[in-house]
Amino acid sequence: MTKVTMTVNGKAVSGDVEGRTLLSSFLREDQGLTGTHVGCDTSQCGACVVHVDGAAVKACTMLAAEADGANVDTIEGQSNADGSLNVIQQAFQDHHGLQCGFCTPGMVMSAAALLKDNPKPSETEVREYLEGNICRCTGYHNIVKAIMAASGQDVTAIAAE
Amino acid sequence: MYNFEVEKPGTLAEATAAMAGEDAQALGGGQTLIPTLKQRLASPAKLVSLSGVAEMQGISKDGDALRIGGATTHGAVAADGNYPALSALAAQIGDPAVRNRGTIGGSLANNDPAACYPAAALGSGATIITTNREIAADDYFQGMFDTALDEGEIVTAVSFPIPQAANYQKFVQPASRFALVGVFLAKYADGIRVAVTGASNEGVFRWAEAEAALGDDFSASALDGLSVPADNMISDLHGPAAYRAHLVKVMTGRAVTAAG
Amino acid sequence: MPKDTGIGASPVRREDVRFLTGTGEYTDDIVLAKQTYAVFARSTVAHGTIKSIDTSAAEGMPGVLAVFTGEDFVEVGGNPAGWLINSRNGEPMKEPKRPVLAHGKVRHVGDAYAAVIAETIEQARDAVEAIEADIDELPAVVDMNDALSGSNFVHDEIETNQCFDWGWIEDNRDATDNAIKNAHHVTTLELVNNRLVPNAMEPRASIGSYKASTGEYTLHTTSQNPHLTRLLISAFVLGIPENMLTVIAPDVGGGFGSKIYHYGEEALVLAAAKKLGRPVKWTADRTESFLTDAHGRDHVTKIELALDKEGNFLAFRTDTKANVGAYLSNFSTATPTFLHGTLMAGNYTVPLVYVNVKAVFTNTAPVDAYRGAGRPEATYSLERVIDKAARELRMDPIELRRKNFIKPDQYPYASAAGLEYDAGNYDALMDKMEEVADVAGFEARRKQSEANGLMRGFGVNAYIEACGIAPSNLVGVLGSRVGLYDAATVRVNATGNLSVMVGAHSHGQGHETAFPQVVAEMLGIDPAVIDIVHGDTSKIPFGMGTYGSRSLAVCGSAVVRATEKIINKAKKIAGHMLEASDQDITLENGVFSVAGTDKSVTFGEVALKAYIPHEYPLEDIEPGLEETAFYDPANFTYPSGAYACEVEVDPETGKVRVDRMCAVDDFGNVINPMIVTGQVHGGLAQGIGQALVENTSYDENGQLLSASYMDYTMPRADDMPMFHVDHSQGTPCTHNPLGVKGCGEAGAIGSPPTVVNAVIDALQSGGTNVTHIDMPVTPARVWDAMQNAKSEEA
Repeated sequence: MTKVTMTVNGKAVSGDVEGRTLLSSFLREDQGLTGTHVGCDTSQCGACVVHVDGAAVKACTMLAAEADGANVDTIEGQSNADGSLNVIQQAFQDHHGLQCGFCTPGMVMSAAALLKDNPKPSETEVREYLEGNICRCTGYHNIVKAIMAASGQDVTAIAAE
Repeated sequence: MYNFEVEKPGTLAEATAAMAGEDAQALGGGQTLIPTLKQRLASPAKLVSLSGVAEMQGISKDGDALRIGGATTHGAVAADGNYPALSALAAQIGDPAVRNRGTIGGSLANNDPAACYPAAALGSGATIITTNREIAADDYFQGMFDTALDEGEIVTAVSFPIPQAANYQKFVQPASRFALVGVFLAKYADGIRVAVTGASNEGVFRWAEAEAALGDDFSASALDGLSVPADNMISDLHGPAAYRAHLVKVMTGRAVTAAG
Repeated sequence: MPKDTGIGASPVRREDVRFLTGTGEYTDDIVLAKQTYAVFARSTVAHGTIKSIDTSAAEGMPGVLAVFTGEDFVEVGGNPAGWLINSRNGEPMKEPKRPVLAHGKVRHVGDAYAAVIAETIEQARDAVEAIEADIDELPAVVDMNDALSGSNFVHDEIETNQCFDWGWIEDNRDATDNAIKNAHHVTTLELVNNRLVPNAMEPRASIGSYKASTGEYTLHTTSQNPHLTRLLISAFVLGIPENMLTVIAPDVGGGFGSKIYHYGEEALVLAAAKKLGRPVKWTADRTESFLTDAHGRDHVTKIELALDKEGNFLAFRTDTKANVGAYLSNFSTATPTFLHGTLMAGNYTVPLVYVNVKAVFTNTAPVDAYRGAGRPEATYSLERVIDKAARELRMDPIELRRKNFIKPDQYPYASAAGLEYDAGNYDALMDKMEEVADVAGFEARRKQSEANGLMRGFGVNAYIEACGIAPSNLVGVLGSRVGLYDAATVRVNATGNLSVMVGAHSHGQGHETAFPQVVAEMLGIDPAVIDIVHGDTSKIPFGMGTYGSRSLAVCGSAVVRATEKIINKAKKIAGHMLEASDQDITLENGVFSVAGTDKSVTFGEVALKAYIPHEYPLEDIEPGLEETAFYDPANFTYPSGAYACEVEVDPETGKVRVDRMCAVDDFGNVINPMIVTGQVHGGLAQGIGQALVENTSYDENGQLLSASYMDYTMPRADDMPMFHVDHSQGTPCTHNPLGVKGCGEAGAIGSPPTVVNAVIDALQSGGTNVTHIDMPVTPARVWDAMQNAKSEEA
């Protein structure tokens, strides 16, 4: 076992991990942060996306040991300081951008990473950016709409409903 | 996964020393290696993480060549503008989160027959720089998942001669988002190079006939009379060999047109 | 009451907040004290005889607490099929035992033959590798034709591999044959409805626990219908008394059918928990999900359509082989029969329908209901052959359909496939579709595509489906072994807020938001005070769960009935409080009034009176305000729709891109348009996925080639267009109190033939005579079809 220390959602945390412990396991099992979901074994589905030092990564495809010393942000840390939904979360709710909720944490984290680099993405850019996030419920329509709305764009013109 | 130790060297010397241990394996971004370990298809005793090795970071212009550290992520290459076709290729690997972890050294060391970077390296006549030596791309790729690397040898950097014009055309395998067929074409003063990934059972290869034809006439129509034999093409549920052979020509034509 | 909260409004979903903040609670998120972990040993061959299983080395491994094999479950029951189908000759279907763990033989790759329970999941995995199983591989039965004619048997006692040979409607068989023989024109099409893997994003997971002091078991599991799971475990598999077993389905990350069924892993974790006296958790990885979740579709069909010279439909005849996989999953026999054959008249006045379905065992994963379940198969066959007929007869595909539509004045309409449609207006849907899809603008778009070097095609489709399978009396006659009602309890608490316990389970459908809209509208109160309780058998009277787009039509109707009972009782209490007859009490905006007076009490005051019954007519009215209703529908509901799709096909690569997708549906009345629209979107994506990319591929040895997301293509955001969705043309269902029909599956039913029709149109318009391509219409298949068409012309 090796001791790792990192900052998760602004709080310093540490724990003993095996070499093989994934960042997703460390977050879910050691830290009880079960909002980061695991939906596949091959780094495709994106339900586990978190930010490591500000960059979106798939927490199921990164060793916890490699995140030693890093700044990790997860879905649990996304709300505003007063506990209200942040602008992306609120847009997902307003535009019905989620159904079963399982892919949602990864979607929100990917959307946040996208909007940080590209504050006003086009529909095509949003769709391309979500290449690594699979949703089985929504058909993506309302996810794309929500992300565009979160970027401050007018989405009323987007295809009827 | 079977358990293993993780070592995180800060320098190349430390990395080389760490790799000398028994059953040590280099860990780049882990975007292929970690899924492989999850399936228990490999059982290294130790993973040597290269992401902290200072000498393996960064992108620098070196005369007419672009030198990219082996631990540089796809995302960093995509954001670099010095070799636009190469950046465009990097921007098509995996997805944004994968590009934030996966590295050029890891990709080239793995040499997946459907990976994008091997096409760029071979298509650019790049030089693979390792802990021990420099290897010309033409000598480096030795078949599916097989390279000239020796045990413990690490890809520390890759040097790409910057061409006059280049383009990468990727027809994606829709599930994995690797290349079903990817063609990297580069035009240099001394000739044209065309490298194909995703298509062949032998891994990445150069399409010599197309290079010759395009050397005489750099236009898509120069390919008209050519065809790629389907004999050694990959056949799987995403497409039979004949389809891949067909796509090689289509994608090469598009690369020529796009490269201008 | 504000217009933005009741029936017809689209309030945002209240469940979203927990999902958006990472505080939802899915089964794998739950950690019980002293929890242990189960990992299964699964067959790597498709078919084999288990000669021996040596677990001794595994038992001695670090952390290992127990190892189970099929031997341990020989004495317990099998997981049954929920619907008995009789063959045409009157023989009952073949029904082999489906054990908790394979015993004697393994029958598909992934079939579990042993399980290890250990302190950690990695220890359990290590120990599974130490199990020494001597399995003698047998030839795999994969192709259905080979299965029916060969000499290898999935179940040794079923020496044809045929489960049943079903005819519908058998009395129509000769007349249908004659109509086809004598018709002016017959269009024939052979097609494959491709096998799909449901791929809910949350993999299945179960935690069994046992309390020795009371003998109570609890199962947390990823289920669409916890009561049915409890019933199956209690009555058939483990024999745990129903009142000693609680099944909890907490937040569930999608189901699409795959989580309707009871699976052996659920029984294993319960049995193991009892043996160890500790909770036992199992969570599937994605490959396990691919190998063991019940798959969908997998029909091979020949369909014939007979027409007269005016284009009137005279008869449909189909011959279908339906793959049921290695074992019968719970609804696997109903799906290709009563959920498929009964829809084979479509939206049409065709007088004759005959359907033959042979269900076939193979060494593949079990196949069962997946979003749409039988209706997508029916719709695909019908709407593809109609499209082909239109092309052969040089008729407009929309006009050919309109010519044969049932007209609005013909309801109730007895279809030639045995159903009674209660309401619909297919011409109105088609009209609306032509407007929403901008059919008039198609030619201009086609020219633009041609200018870009692409072939554009237009595809159309009309569908009808049947939701809320019912009534129980009828389905009982047809072979169902369960009732198909649902139940709800409305509990008004003393302080005036409500708990509504529903038998339906929400795993994405938004019940926690939509059901309160119904109750709030009826009571005239703020929906915020109404809480929906679901997914826990200890809290809910009973339920048949969520599948088949039944939740609102069936469970919602039970909610209405229970709320009506609440209103009746509350009026009696109010009448007493206001010294008036309950007949004179009206309820409006949450206030009970004596008609024609200014005397009134609020809903809250009545609730308080019910629980503090001072000055209360105890001789006439019981205290409390809680009512339960069970609702058993009089008929199916019949959603219908008209869909349109435009695709662009790259002639060089064969790649198809969906450019426009339009769905106009008749769902009857709509409670929450936002949620309904979202349901259609999801269905469309799954239908487009089936049509273009999703390919479940077994090789000849029964190895699943597409067993991960590296090879099974999930539709991604950039595969989809924005959708045009409309449900303004609703004709209310005539027999349920809300007039609702069901919207969950429509998109997946209506879209596959629409997309394929559009691809064929694109190829034809590009001058290539391709009449059919099997799904998924991958670039390689399009290119291959174009090559073949060219070489035929040459």
